[in-house]
Amino acid sequence: MQPFTTLTAIAAPLPMANVDTDKIIPARFLKTIKRTGLGVHLFDALRYQGGEERPDFVLNQEPYRPAEILIAHENFGCGSSREHAPWALLDFGIRCVIAPGFADIFHNNCFKNGVLPVVLPRAVCDQLMDDARMGGNARLTVDLVRQVVVRPSGEEIAFKIDPFRRHLLLNGLDDIGQTMQRASAIAGFEAARTQSKPWWPGIQV
Amino acid sequence: MAKTLFDKLWDSHVVDRLEDGTCVLYIDRHLVHEVTSPQAFEGLRLAGRPVRRPDATIAVVDHNCPTDEDRRVAIKEEESRIQVETLEHNVAEFGVPYFPLQDIRQGIVHIIGPEQGISLPGMTIVCGDSHTSTHGAVGALAFGIGTSEVEHVLATQTLLQKPAKNMLVEVTGTLPAGVTAKDVVLAIIGKIGTAGGTGHVIEYAGEVIRGLDMAGRMTVCNMSIEAGARAGVIAPDETTFEYIRGRPFAPQGDAFDRAVEYWRTLPSDPGAQYDTVVRLDVSDLSPMVSWGTNPEAVLPIGATVPDPAAVEDEADQAQMRRMLDYMALTPGQRLTDIPIDVVFIGSCTNGRIEDIRAAARVVKGRHVAPGVRAMVVPGSGVVKQQAEQEGLDRILREAGFEWREAGCSMCLGMNPDRLKPGQRCASTSNRNFEGRQGQGGRTHLLSPAMAAAAAVTGHLTDVRELA
Repeated sequence: MQPFTTLTAIAAPLPMANVDTDKIIPARFLKTIKRTGLGVHLFDALRYQGGEERPDFVLNQEPYRPAEILIAHENFGCGSSREHAPWALLDFGIRCVIAPGFADIFHNNCFKNGVLPVVLPRAVCDQLMDDARMGGNARLTVDLVRQVVVRPSGEEIAFKIDPFRRHLLLNGLDDIGQTMQRASAIAGFEAARTQSKPWWPGIQV
Repeated sequence: MAKTLFDKLWDSHVVDRLEDGTCVLYIDRHLVHEVTSPQAFEGLRLAGRPVRRPDATIAVVDHNCPTDEDRRVAIKEEESRIQVETLEHNVAEFGVPYFPLQDIRQGIVHIIGPEQGISLPGMTIVCGDSHTSTHGAVGALAFGIGTSEVEHVLATQTLLQKPAKNMLVEVTGTLPAGVTAKDVVLAIIGKIGTAGGTGHVIEYAGEVIRGLDMAGRMTVCNMSIEAGARAGVIAPDETTFEYIRGRPFAPQGDAFDRAVEYWRTLPSDPGAQYDTVVRLDVSDLSPMVSWGTNPEAVLPIGATVPDPAAVEDEADQAQMRRMLDYMALTPGQRLTDIPIDVVFIGSCTNGRIEDIRAAARVVKGRHVAPGVRAMVVPGSGVVKQQAEQEGLDRILREAGFEWREAGCSMCLGMNPDRLKPGQRCASTSNRNFEGRQGQGGRTHLLSPAMAAAAAVTGHLTDVRELA
């Protein structure tokens, strides 16, 4: 996983609440057996109509095409557990989503892929959207080391983040490797279970 | 300290605690399907890791598979076929138990878990699918995970998680005739909203929940994710134990008795504290239908389409306009005047034998309205066989319904069962998002009985008026 430390980039405003994972990547694109290549289908229904780009969609407009930060409204990523949603964002080039709230599974999935979800109050998100609308030279900085978003004006806005997840993200660590270090604790749990609940059934087909 | 059902499920699975409170949580059952697993198995292969506990894992195909009889010969859509073949290759390579398409036990992953006795009280159950919350109905902690976590569970049989908050949803009163578990859960989502449960595990309790059969409880828990909750749970009781007794993968004989003894310790202790409490009296509840493009946009069938002009918040108003525009509805229009093109009865929400019986009761002696395509898709091969033994397929076919093979079908646009752009569907599924049932398709969520009523009249209908 690519580490996330600090990112200075163009931010795209998407002033919508309840952006569900079917909107981020519709189910018909989930037939891939790879993690890559989904960026072209990101926000398919919002982005295209009859095979053509919709000029009213933010990521089809300049200067937002190369945006690496997305700002949205409440409950971003609600719906299905498909990790194809952060994969599609990442493949398009989005490394950070800022919103007043995220659905739990999507929020989890972001961290596994080096995408940083930043939770900030609705009023702040609206302010950042205004910043983003200032044009091509207006860039936001998201600094995970110092846990601040820096506005084009230089004003810094602090955000909170889970320390363990921050650690994994800053260092690009694979959490399976972390858990593997606890293999003996897992084996101990299994042995105790077999002892205390010998009736616990296994699955054999 | 008095513990909730969730606290007990959580505490009994903590393998280790990290400094910041993150837990290594042991997972008892891992359900695997073709869509969210290929990249996880590939990850194992690249790292040279085995599946730690194949005997705690079960795989099945459901999302991609066609529901026509020809599927036994071959899956025609190439990408779907590749995804199914990839799963078959992976389960063979890693030694994971698997119900193939030809096996009568094949079906939607959230139908077959409880049906086979694989999902049991007191367990932690995960699957790379958000509707894993369904299994909470047996008194298990069951939740959906992403593909990276699928790989994590395959490799370690654990997950790194922080505990959720406790929410109690107490459903009281008497459920009126013609009003079902689906209507109850739609009403709950309408009340708390699509993000109302974020960060919480919802425990459903109260006399109405106690009075539901297991199918109804599964319908309720299934849609917990639609309220944003991590999971839904219902305390196991005699109804649960009787449901589980004798199921193929459940403990048998003495082992079953010992298991029940343990399962009786799981319900929340008297005086247990919840972070959030919601109460809903359903004595006056009507059958519910969704009118918009998220599951909180629901109303009783007797209502009219809402008017955005009456909404104060600008963003809310814009969202409502967008929903009405997508759904092609007019403010003030009566819900019962909305004509429908397609009826879909099935899915992990309502694809059980009880749901098919409810539909058959409504359509018996009636016929599907002209121009309406109506389909019933059993949730598993076992459900299909049972329905056929009861003669339900005959009633439904004679009424003009299609009777199909088990799978996710038209709940999501991933297999040949899809809405065409502009088509309007009365659907027993769980999500009414834009394009969910097919690009440009319009979804009205409702109960199986209400879907059956819409099929015979050709428009949204209060099933109680057909009686």
